[in-house]
Amino acid sequence: MELKRVVVTGLGAITPLGGSVDELWNNLVNGVSGAAPITRFDATNFKTKFACEVKNYNPTDFFDRKEVKKLDLFAQFAMIAAEQAIQDSGLNLETIDQDMAGVIWGAGIGGLQTFQEEVKGYVNGGAIPRFSPFFIPKMIADIAPGHISIKYGFRGPNFGVVSACASSTNAIADAYNLIRLGKANIFITGGSEAGVNEAGVGGFNALQALSTRNDDPQTASRPFDKDRDGFVIGEGGAAIILEEYEHAVKRGAKIYCEMIGAGMSADAYHLTAPHPEGLGAANVMKSALQDNNTPVEAVDYVNVHGTSTPLGDVAELKAIQKLFGEQAYKMNISSTKSMTGHLLGATGAVEAIACILAIQNGIIPPTINNFELDPEIDPKLNLTLNKAQKRDVNVALSNTFGFGGHNASVVFKKMN
Amino acid sequence: MSDVASRVKAIIVDKLGVDENEVTPQASFTNDLGADSLDTVELIMEFEKEFNIAIPDDQAEKIGTVGDAINYITENAK
Repeated sequence: MELKRVVVTGLGAITPLGGSVDELWNNLVNGVSGAAPITRFDATNFKTKFACEVKNYNPTDFFDRKEVKKLDLFAQFAMIAAEQAIQDSGLNLETIDQDMAGVIWGAGIGGLQTFQEEVKGYVNGGAIPRFSPFFIPKMIADIAPGHISIKYGFRGPNFGVVSACASSTNAIADAYNLIRLGKANIFITGGSEAGVNEAGVGGFNALQALSTRNDDPQTASRPFDKDRDGFVIGEGGAAIILEEYEHAVKRGAKIYCEMIGAGMSADAYHLTAPHPEGLGAANVMKSALQDNNTPVEAVDYVNVHGTSTPLGDVAELKAIQKLFGEQAYKMNISSTKSMTGHLLGATGAVEAIACILAIQNGIIPPTINNFELDPEIDPKLNLTLNKAQKRDVNVALSNTFGFGGHNASVVFKKMN
Repeated sequence: MSDVASRVKAIIVDKLGVDENEVTPQASFTNDLGADSLDTVELIMEFEKEFNIAIPDDQAEKIGTVGDAINYITENAK
């Protein structure tokens, strides 16, 4: 059976860098940080008091009051990003085959805020079990693709993907593979997360995963810098329309680029720490490039997971050097998390968009906040430090890695 | 309007996001006020909380309109 080709025909994003894809891209290129003191709850007693929140967010700008009640913030971000992507794609929902249109969505956690509120209500309410009937359907991570399918009538494959911070990359990978296999023509894919709450920040603080640079939030996310001290938690959602190539051509769609690879692997090493030599990371990139026999020399840009944690950043660069050899010095590498923060389950979709727009615009978004490079890192690597760089990008690869040792990579290529 | 009626209406307006003048005694939660099965369960729970009563499931099933709710609560609230 001949595998189908897959192209990108729509994008949507609501992120700490703005409420649209344009704002996201402009701020990425201009090196703007999305970090600021936490407003979603009183963080006085928390080790970390800042985050990359979606700014000035008011749910009733997007949903009526009754809808808001049924949608955890992570699902709200999903609906907003999906709507933008559908609009951008120009898909005519009246004429497409809805049985061949699906939704695969990533969320690392899901409705954490809802879980927290309902359990708090139970404990504070004298342990009388008065849980809301919306508790479970608001909280479960797969409810976002459920809501999206109901809104657009997409009756094809539909599920949520959970692999912590690799979730939305895994979602995009699954959508890509199902189109290749002919199981669907169109997918709304991507991911969303809303973990900036007491449970999320407190939980990650307990793991010592978050930066505590409270005196200077905007420089806290500093991948590859000598003084990096953890990631900056972010929130938001990003959506991508993947479409079977012939289907897109037939309807005269605007095509951003082609998706040419998806890799998946595990470290099989530790719950939260990466394999020190980046074994799983090297394997996942290799596997993604193998889908279309793309040689490492063809890769112009790697958007790294690069979360600004001491162990993770070094292990990932080791993996890149191991796999790419000399090409590691010729290509651009950057961590856009230096600006967006780490959107957990949504981060892969945001970074896939960064790759897609790097191809489209011929610009590599930078790794900001590099004051002094970690001496453990090879200074000959082009980490796109502090300033965007112009470059004709033919092939771009995005990595994401999740707690549990999950690794996922996706590869995009300029249309010929 | 009785105290019970006004409190019941306030809950319905809040939870179903409907206009106050739609909430007539004859109005059916599902047919007139746009509630689905989960909304109805939530309404019953809110009545229980507001009036500090327990509405058994077999009674809850019979509460289909605004008037049904007001009558049940008026008879059963302490």
